[in-house]
Amino acid sequence: MSPKTLYDKIWDAHVVQQDEDGTCLLYIDRHLVHEVTSPQAFEGLRMAGRKVHAPDRTIAVPDHNVPTTAGRENPDQMPEDSRIQVAALDQNARDFGIHYYPVDDIRQGIVHIVGPEQGWTLPGMTVVCGDSHTATHGAFGALAHGIGTSEVEHVLATQTLIQKKSKNMKVEITGKLRPGVTAKDITLSVIGATGTAGGTGYVIEYCGEAIRDLSMEGRMTVCNMAIEGGARAGLIAPDETTFEYVRGRPHAPKGAQWEAALDWWKTLYSDDDAHWDKVVTIKGEDIAPLVTWGTSPEDVLPITGEVPDPASFSGGKVEAARRSLEYMGLTPGQKLSDIEVDTVFIGSCTNGRIEDLRAAAAILKGKKVKDGMRAMVVPGSGLVRAQAEEEGLADIFREAGFEWRMAGCSMCLAMNPDQLSEGERCASTSNRNFEGRQGYKGRTHLVSPAMAAAAAVTGKLTDVREMI
Amino acid sequence: MEKFEKLTGIAAPLPLVNIDTDMIIPKQFLKTIKRSGLGVSLFQEMRYDRQGNENPDFVLNKPQYREAEILVTGDNFGCGSSREHAPWALKDFGIRTVIATSFADIFYNNCFKNGILPIILPQEAVDVLMQDAEKGSNARMIVDLEAQTVTSSDGEVFPFEVDSFKKHCLLNGLDDIGLTLEKASSIDAFETGIAQARPWV
Ligand code: SF4
Repeated sequence: MSPKTLYDKIWDAHVVQQDEDGTCLLYIDRHLVHEVTSPQAFEGLRMAGRKVHAPDRTIAVPDHNVPTTAGRENPDQMPEDSRIQVAALDQNARDFGIHYYPVDDIRQGIVHIVGPEQGWTLPGMTVVCGDSHTATHGAFGALAHGIGTSEVEHVLATQTLIQKKSKNMKVEITGKLRPGVTAKDITLSVIGATGTAGGTGYVIEYCGEAIRDLSMEGRMTVCNMAIEGGARAGLIAPDETTFEYVRGRPHAPKGAQWEAALDWWKTLYSDDDAHWDKVVTIKGEDIAPLVTWGTSPEDVLPITGEVPDPASFSGGKVEAARRSLEYMGLTPGQKLSDIEVDTVFIGSCTNGRIEDLRAAAAILKGKKVKDGMRAMVVPGSGLVRAQAEEEGLADIFREAGFEWRMAGCSMCLAMNPDQLSEGERCASTSNRNFEGRQGYKGRTHLVSPAMAAAAAVTGKLTDVREMI
Repeated sequence: MEKFEKLTGIAAPLPLVNIDTDMIIPKQFLKTIKRSGLGVSLFQEMRYDRQGNENPDFVLNKPQYREAEILVTGDNFGCGSSREHAPWALKDFGIRTVIATSFADIFYNNCFKNGILPIILPQEAVDVLMQDAEKGSNARMIVDLEAQTVTSSDGEVFPFEVDSFKKHCLLNGLDDIGLTLEKASSIDAFETGIAQARPWV
């Protein structure tokens, strides 16, 4: 048999049918659904008189547009348009008989945090969701990617997708990370190296010692931002760390099935002499804590750096960088560590898990948020929130002066009232620094949770290594 | 789905790289549970000021481009979120073709599901078409999906590649759910297979 990559193996195990031109019908093991990109798909099913083909493989949770304030389960507390979308999802989940975690369920949270937490996401699966950060689930060695609403409808109706195979890219992070450097810095450094379109047409497999050393949560952070590099999906081969994380989760296999699953999962790795269409190698020890300075995730530099001069770029990027700096209110040559921030946001499917909150709390313990700043923690799920309370992290955040919110996407995309105001500058653990992403004319600097906590204490972008 | 065969129309130049889906349609418009009515909000933050007044400098607000059906733009168009609201908004405004050197993957797929043809051309070709688009409403380009060509107002012809299955569906306005459901027996057989091979799934 010819050698295969991990991607090849998962792909081959899910092809229902292949046409001569290479177009495949790919079987989908898990379909995650949220309130914002699904209403039109369910409406389409109804209009065509179709059912959900595999309700047992379909899991829904409201997250993007829910308020994160206490008492939100009372519909009167929700803004009208949130209420309509959440009510539509309630109704669709009931009518079509799919798994559902409503707003008042402690298991509710960001769809990409809930899936793994509940054991829905398992190695070797195909996972899709009407959300681009579905790449997160690739951390388990699952082929996971975002789809549009028409495709959501297609999966609901048929449990398959019409797909053509992407190319294989290997991203190797060798050696060890230095202190103060995290999974977020790894994933930002890859995007910095390849550009936001560098992964277009590829599925990335992340490997190397620095990736192996990461916990499952760190691996999810890395894969989460594969899409920011343009890749269709990001993957990490499953290993003991993966199996340990999955074992005992509510929807993970048990008993003899666990053993059978494990036997297969252990075959899920790229063969030594497998073919790669592109290879990128980064030394773990070369990665520093990073921040973004512009309005694209590729606009990233070490915190020790300076705001670049647009003229130092080439092609269309010159104009894009000029526009970015104007939007961000920054001048070339300014030290990144001199940039003052108004707000700190800790949360999102990139960095809203328990280890992220622990990393931030470790910096904040016994310290206070700088006077006049707004600081907010939004746990990724109700269960993460409960655990953080039990571990005393919530107290550390509150005592430092952070708001301690209910679970949801919140200021990551600012659909709900958690938004930046015009010109407000935010150090954020989320994944997109696009214009207006966190609020009209809001300015976002992407950082790791530890870096966000450091910024909250000093009031400016700060090298966290000075605080550990 | 609406068919796409051949189009002769005005092309608007938007020479920016990395135009993301938040720029195409900001999130406040994702609160709809419908597909229609998003055209007025297309490129909202570039097109209007905070009070909702039109920005006269934005290309689609200029009189010669209000009826544009083609958009010529920079690398990596449509990056960011998976929101299909982006092609819905373009379509609702009247854009049927977007020409760029590259597109983000999900956006590219979403276009085909909505009767929009995204065309990938090399930089030199996009540069020529960008200049052509600058000429305004008298310069009409021709986009021919069957022939896989874009013709500038000067008659210069640029051939483009497109996946044969996607082309077939777009030319005929086919609903691919219907097509897939014709393969229901293969899907059932596949499910019986995995129930044996991977019963934990
Ligand atoms: S947290 Fe942000 S990136 Fe993640 S699913 Fe929610 S909106 Fe999307």
